Amino acid sequence: MDPNLFSALGEPNRFRIVELLRTGARPVNDIGGRLKLRQSQVSQHLKVLKDAGLVQAQPRAQQRLYALRAQPLKQLQDWLDRYRRIWEERFEQLDELVDELKSKEKSDAASKVR
Amino acid sequence: MLQARSGEDTMARGTTVERKSPQELLVTRTVNAPAQIVFDAWTKPELLKRWWAPRPLGVVLFECDADLRVGGTYRYAFGRDPNNPEVFSGRYVEINPPGRLVFTQVYERMRDVGEALVTVTFEESQGRTLLALHQRFPSKEALDGAVASGMERGMRETFDQLDTLVTSLQ
Repeated sequence: MDPNLFSALGEPNRFRIVELLRTGARPVNDIGGRLKLRQSQVSQHLKVLKDAGLVQAQPRAQQRLYALRAQPLKQLQDWLDRYRRIWEERFEQLDELVDELKSKEKSDAASKVR
Repeated sequence: MLQARSGEDTMARGTTVERKSPQELLVTRTVNAPAQIVFDAWTKPELLKRWWAPRPLGVVLFECDADLRVGGTYRYAFGRDPNNPEVFSGRYVEINPPGRLVFTQVYERMRDVGEALVTVTFEESQGRTLLALHQRFPSKEALDGAVASGMERGMRETFDQLDTLVTSLQ
C-alpha cells in the first residue's frame, strides 16, 4: 500500500473532500462552495489526493470533475479489516477467559457464604 | 470509510478499528464482563497468556512479564518462531483500575521510530465493558511506516506472515 495514502487522508480538509466525493464526482468550485474552502485551497488538496492516487480528474464539457478512485480506498479498507480480524481473534479468546473468571468469582462467593 | 467493523455482529460486540488521525488508531469492543475482570485480563501475565496472542493465526505468546506499577516495565515476546520472536516492551504511565491504563509501547524491530503511547479505557455498563484501545504513534511516519512495511511484506510473502506482522503492530 502507498504510505502516502494515510498522510493524504490525514489532513482534515482533505478527508472532508474525500467524504464529499463519495457522493459523486464534482468540480472544484462546487467542492469549495460546499466545504467553505477557497478554490486555491481545494486545488492544492486535490493535487495531493491525486498524487496519492485517491482521486482522478474527468473532463466533462467545459469542466473538470474530480472523482474518487476505488482501488486505494479498497486497500485501506482491506488493511483495516485485516487488523480488525486479528483483534477479533484476540477478543474471542478474551470472551472465553472472562466467562471462566466470572463463573469462578461466582463459585468463590458461594463458598464464602457457606 | 476509515473504519472496519465486523460484518455480522456490529451492534452488540463487534470489533471496530478506526484510523482517527495520521498518528492514531482506535480499536473498540464490548466484552461481556465487569470492568475489573477485563482490566485484570489486560494486566496479569498469567491471564494475558490465555488470550493476547491470536492463536487461530498461529501466533503464540512465548514470554509475558509485567511489573504493574507506574514506571514499571512490561515485555511481550510472541510470534510463530520462539527463536526469532517479535517483542513489544514499554512502561506503565498510568494505572487506574478498573477504568484506565496508559503505557508506552516500543516494537523492538522498529525501535528507531520511537515509542507509541497506548491508552486503554474500560467503561462498565450493566455488567458489560466497553473497551477502547487508543494508540498514538510517535509520528505519522511511524504508523505509515509500520503499515506500509506490513503491506509490502505481505505482498511478497504469504498472508499468514502478514498476519504476524500486523499483529506486531499490537
